[in-house]
Amino acid sequence: MIRSALIIALIVVGVFFLTVGTIGLLRLPNVYNRMHATSKPTTLGTAAIFLAGFVSFGPGNEGLTSLIGIAFLFLTVPTGAHMIARSAHRSGVPFEDSVVWPDESTSEDDGEQRGELEQSETADDSSSDA
Amino acid sequence: MSDDPAVLEWTVRTALILVSGLCLLCGYRVVQGPTTPDRVVALDAIATNVVAIAVLFALQTGRGLFITVSLVLAIIGFIATVAVAKFVTEGEIIE
Repeated sequence: MIRSALIIALIVVGVFFLTVGTIGLLRLPNVYNRMHATSKPTTLGTAAIFLAGFVSFGPGNEGLTSLIGIAFLFLTVPTGAHMIARSAHRSGVPFEDSVVWPDESTSEDDGEQRGELEQSETADDSSSDA
Repeated sequence: MSDDPAVLEWTVRTALILVSGLCLLCGYRVVQGPTTPDRVVALDAIATNVVAIAVLFALQTGRGLFITVSLVLAIIGFIATVAVAKFVTEGEIIE
């Protein structure tokens, strides 16, 4: 009885957080805001559903696997969001108007690297043309 | 108390339908997204939703094997995200 109520509550919490993440993905104006909206609530929602699996299957093999899944999600989803954000900034997706990069030296480094990338790309294009 | 498993089964089935609909809504951002990182973010959200769907399917059928399936899906989604992010930045993944 208590176990079923706990599973139902965790599933409801998980679906709520997944819905919040998807609404943020659809409604927010910018790549960075959408990433902010998807990474955190989606991780929390999937972790809640994994916890429902842990409660359902008990601390045997499958429950332990779901705990490993929670740890893996909390490690990998922020890493992936960070890599997408960095690649978006380097490929020149603009921020909102009042938003600046927090450290100017880092931004300049990124600009230099972007210039080098463009140069190397043009070099590759010329070599491929030749 | 006798209809408690029925309530649990109904909840799991409704959650499966809702999360599948959320995957379709994320597909709108995949198709419509203005820039390439938008599409990558939407595909990452879809991958996480599919992980949740696998766990819900394990809850519905009572087979614990699908929890392992969800773990493998999470690993594949992370590797795909990192690979596409590196491809967007540098134009090549493995030198």
